[in-house]
Amino acid sequence: MALIAELAVQGAQMMLVLLLAPLLTGFVRKVKARLLRRQGPSLIQPYRDLLRLMRKEVVLAGNASWLFRVIPYLIFAATWVAAALIPTFATGLTFSWTADLIAIVALLGSARFFLALAGMDVGTSFGGIGASREVMIASLAEPAMLLIVFSLALVAGATQLSTVAAFMGSPEVGLRVSLGMSLIALVMVALAENARIPVDNPSTHLELTMVHEAMVLEYSGRHLAMIEFAAFLKLLLYVSLISCVFIPWGLVTARSGPGAYALGVAVYIGKLALSGILLAVFETAIAKMRVFRVPDFLGAALMLALLGTLLLFVSRSL
Amino acid sequence: MNGLTFDIAHLLAGGLVLVSFMMLYQDRLFALINVFALHAVVLALSVAWQAYVQDAHHLYVTAAIALIFKAIVIPVGLHRIIQRIGIHRDIETAVGIGPTMLAGIGLVALSMVLMLRVTPEADPLAREDLAFALSIILLGLLVMVTRRNAVSQVVGFMSLENGLVLAATGAKGMPLVVEISVAFSILIAFIVIGVFLFRIRERFDSVDVGALDDYRGERR
Amino acid sequence: MTSIVALLLWGAAAFLGTAMLAVAVSRRGSATHLVYGATLGISAVMFAIATAALTGDPAGVSPVTLPLGLPWIGAHFRLDALSAFFLVVVNLGGTVASLYGLGYGHHEPAPHRVLPFFPAFLAGMNMVVLADDAFTFLLSWEFMSLASWALVMAHHREQDNTRAGYIYLVMASFGTLALLLAFGLLAGPDGTYTFDAMRAAEPSRFAAAAALVLMLLGAGSKAGLVPLHVWLPLAHPAAPSHVSALMSGVMTKVAVYGFLRVVFDLLGEPAWWSGVVVLFLGGLTAVLGILYALMEKDLKRLLAYSTIENIGVIFVSLGLALAFKANAMPSAAALALTAALFHVLNHSFFKSLLFFGAGAVLTATGERNMEKLGGLIHRMPLTSFVFLVGCVSISALPPFNGFVSEWLAFQAILQSPDLPQWGLKVMVPAVGGLLALSAALAAACFVKAFGITFLGRPRSAAVEQAQEVDRYALAAMFTLAALCLLAGILPGLVIDGLSPVTLSLIGSRMPVQMAQPWLSIVPIAESRSSYNGLLVFVFIAISASLAAFVIHRFASHALRRGPAWGCGFPDVTPAAQYTAVSFAQPIRRVFGTFAFRAREKVEMPPPGATAPARLTVEIHDVVWETFYQPITGAVGYATEKLNRLQFLTIRRYLTLVFLYLVTLLLVLALWP
Repeated sequence: MALIAELAVQGAQMMLVLLLAPLLTGFVRKVKARLLRRQGPSLIQPYRDLLRLMRKEVVLAGNASWLFRVIPYLIFAATWVAAALIPTFATGLTFSWTADLIAIVALLGSARFFLALAGMDVGTSFGGIGASREVMIASLAEPAMLLIVFSLALVAGATQLSTVAAFMGSPEVGLRVSLGMSLIALVMVALAENARIPVDNPSTHLELTMVHEAMVLEYSGRHLAMIEFAAFLKLLLYVSLISCVFIPWGLVTARSGPGAYALGVAVYIGKLALSGILLAVFETAIAKMRVFRVPDFLGAALMLALLGTLLLFVSRSL
Repeated sequence: MNGLTFDIAHLLAGGLVLVSFMMLYQDRLFALINVFALHAVVLALSVAWQAYVQDAHHLYVTAAIALIFKAIVIPVGLHRIIQRIGIHRDIETAVGIGPTMLAGIGLVALSMVLMLRVTPEADPLAREDLAFALSIILLGLLVMVTRRNAVSQVVGFMSLENGLVLAATGAKGMPLVVEISVAFSILIAFIVIGVFLFRIRERFDSVDVGALDDYRGERR
Repeated sequence: MTSIVALLLWGAAAFLGTAMLAVAVSRRGSATHLVYGATLGISAVMFAIATAALTGDPAGVSPVTLPLGLPWIGAHFRLDALSAFFLVVVNLGGTVASLYGLGYGHHEPAPHRVLPFFPAFLAGMNMVVLADDAFTFLLSWEFMSLASWALVMAHHREQDNTRAGYIYLVMASFGTLALLLAFGLLAGPDGTYTFDAMRAAEPSRFAAAAALVLMLLGAGSKAGLVPLHVWLPLAHPAAPSHVSALMSGVMTKVAVYGFLRVVFDLLGEPAWWSGVVVLFLGGLTAVLGILYALMEKDLKRLLAYSTIENIGVIFVSLGLALAFKANAMPSAAALALTAALFHVLNHSFFKSLLFFGAGAVLTATGERNMEKLGGLIHRMPLTSFVFLVGCVSISALPPFNGFVSEWLAFQAILQSPDLPQWGLKVMVPAVGGLLALSAALAAACFVKAFGITFLGRPRSAAVEQAQEVDRYALAAMFTLAALCLLAGILPGLVIDGLSPVTLSLIGSRMPVQMAQPWLSIVPIAESRSSYNGLLVFVFIAISASLAAFVIHRFASHALRRGPAWGCGFPDVTPAAQYTAVSFAQPIRRVFGTFAFRAREKVEMPPPGATAPARLTVEIHDVVWETFYQPITGAVGYATEKLNRLQFLTIRRYLTLVFLYLVTLLLVLALWP
């Protein structure tokens, strides 16, 4: 019986990320529009977009292979599993030990690997440009991310997210300069990974600097819906990750009853809203970089993460 | 000393290292000077916190000197100089940003290893302060080495001096006189180098110190 | 139990017998089937024996001494956990390569140059692993090198292959020389060449350090450690593809075995700085190897460079294991060593698979140059599927096997704060960063390898006529792909299988993994870190099928084929697709100036001129230019000077010989 309840909570978390992901993107778009003194699309516009895409016919390029049609589901599945493994409102859920932070990063790497392949399948130059830039960005963002994971793991003594979150919520963590650097680096990596503004522009198509949109240019209909959904989930994933590690207050532990769970969900939604507003403000305030400035940006994130790891050795406990 | 005081001191000193890194990363003169001003502000905060923690009132004077001279007077002066001689263009770094940052990381690692190895019994605060200070000094030297422009070399030199001040305040009981003299020597150096700048400018129509090498007949 | 070693030796003898037979029959049509069938059978039996020995109690197997070799020594052979594990790797590789050869061998233009040496090569590798004295080890090592050299030279009329063979021969001799000196140091003044005696002897600190460096040179040159890797990307691709797979997937592992045997087994307690050296070389090798691979447009050379990267990854884990072992942290050392051995096994799986795939592409199209391939997924769907599995595995992506060994290596790196030396403490996370960088670059490299070769539109006419390969080759590739997935979702099985090896080398082991609930792997404690490949695989499968089910239940089914959209740009020729070189251009711009001193030069004609604009890219092989060019230059200079000796009078020759004799006698007289 207890097992069924735990499975239900795990399932609830999976559904929660699925339901909230389009809302977060819609919210960010809305806030950005309001900051620009526009009315902006409604909050539920992303849901409507997904439904509309699903109802549309798929137009497949003449020489698209079977891989091209399978990849959207693979990307969606890998991102969804990764998103569901991050503690959102509660730590220590039934399957939380399935993958630690390193494995979650690698799962996202799998999704990206297939996305880049999809970009190359049809054989247009745009797909190639997107894929080659995506792997260039990833080749710097992934090591930066792993060094951030190292810093966190060396502080908390674990790569298991539930343990890290519990440690970061405890008073013994204190103020550490390494953690500050990790936070900045993580935000930079998150911006790059989600194709957000200084690195890539999520809301433009006909631009030679596009990266993510160039890879998915040939997708349409239900396939595009899957890929868009995966992108929404990825944004939610990074926001959940940052908030679970750096603002861990309000996370409830597993097996603490429905009332506590409800409270946890409410706090989680509050954190999402806060992060969404910050993201929108940041994106409005900054201009997009040209592509070959991105390595400098991500190189700085990499250096910050490495510096954070090094500076750990002069802090209190190590 | 309880955890929080240590943490704040640690945070400020670490922030100083971070700002030193930002200096390595900047490739525009105005931005570099602004970052230097930030460096001085963080230094002032750090020194003030040390003054509070050690209950040493003379350190407040040092903090004030850092704030007034290094965060306000000198940056404003440098801004004027740059505008007067009209060099708003990019700094030509002698080495690329990537290798410079890597070298910087290496230097920080070196100073950590060195300081932590030689001072195992020291007070933890002084210990980490010394490690940070050595990193800042080395990073300042790195700025001086990797830049060709005389103004950015001056900035590198002054950030190096900030590292010295951090080291001096970390060690308890350092008399105030030393700090004032250090600060003034820097001011004098600044004036001298400022004059020097104009000299170079008059003679060679450039503040690229490479011009001096040409003058001496050296190959670059 | 005595019979196991004897049985394995009989197996090696059977390989040699097959080689003899092959010499006799190689010109006949049925020879290919006969020889590869025989090697398939022998390696399968040896694989079964070795697996049984590894899971059983290898310590209880008594050694065998044969009255061969140097008369007062004899040839010693022994089987312990370490050699049993490497026998598994060697013979598994031999089995699938033979299976592949059954079909692939029919396309061989000169079978009499391949068939005799293939079994001999397998025999050599088996004997290296079984050898229990320095003489037998070196003899088998040289035998293995020469057999593989002959296989590299099988297509000696093709361009560049003679040069590859020459460089390989020089580097192999250099490596053997280093090994000879290392064993000489270990044998001490008494000249005891059995491994038992070396293990018992306590080498002085200087001798141990020198032996370590010599082993890094000797085994490292065979494995492909930077800067000794130069021969590898030339020689491995030159051989027929199933031999390339054996050389990259298995022979480099035999080199790792040599390193492990001497450094972990014979040398005794390591010094902590040896970990630093190995870690540094490993990290450098990993990153440089994969950067070279990214710049490559020849599919087989790309795979060879990626072998260098994987060797780097293995050596990073070995360096960690050395550092932990030197500081008496046995459980962490066992974790790092397990990561290294797991990667040895994984790399033998996916690198063989990828070389088989490259061989299939080569037979189908006659092309190794990726710039002329493309769109093969339509013509060779099965090959492209297994090649994709190989690419995902080697890119260290879950839920496949490459990820597990990288994950274990990262977990070992996270143990580094407990090390007492500050240098190691600071260095290990930085090397971890290098490891992460090489993993990310490997993913980029294999997106390129798969995307350019199999996706997009055909770039040449040969590709449009390509046919799927024969069923033997497919069977071999599917076996390896299944192994990649199995090792990825049931890693606990492999880790537990490796525990006898870590027990014998470190004296400790990782906790038993198969007893964990849900078959997850837990290196230290579940609250610290755990990974469950099976569940990740199941979750991905469930959520992908769920999504597909929902889509097919509720969404539109309409599908129309049309021309590609491409931002409304009209359909241009396939030549306008992204190529291997253009795909790597962003990465070249980021890392190339640093690693290859790459320079891009754009020549723009003035307005009105009809000349084309040109973009030229200049890439330098920094390692070759810094280490090897001065040596070749010096050798060339010396030969030119010494050339005069060929034209002396008889009297002068006699004087020369006389002076030489006198000098030798003088040295002897003055020697203390």
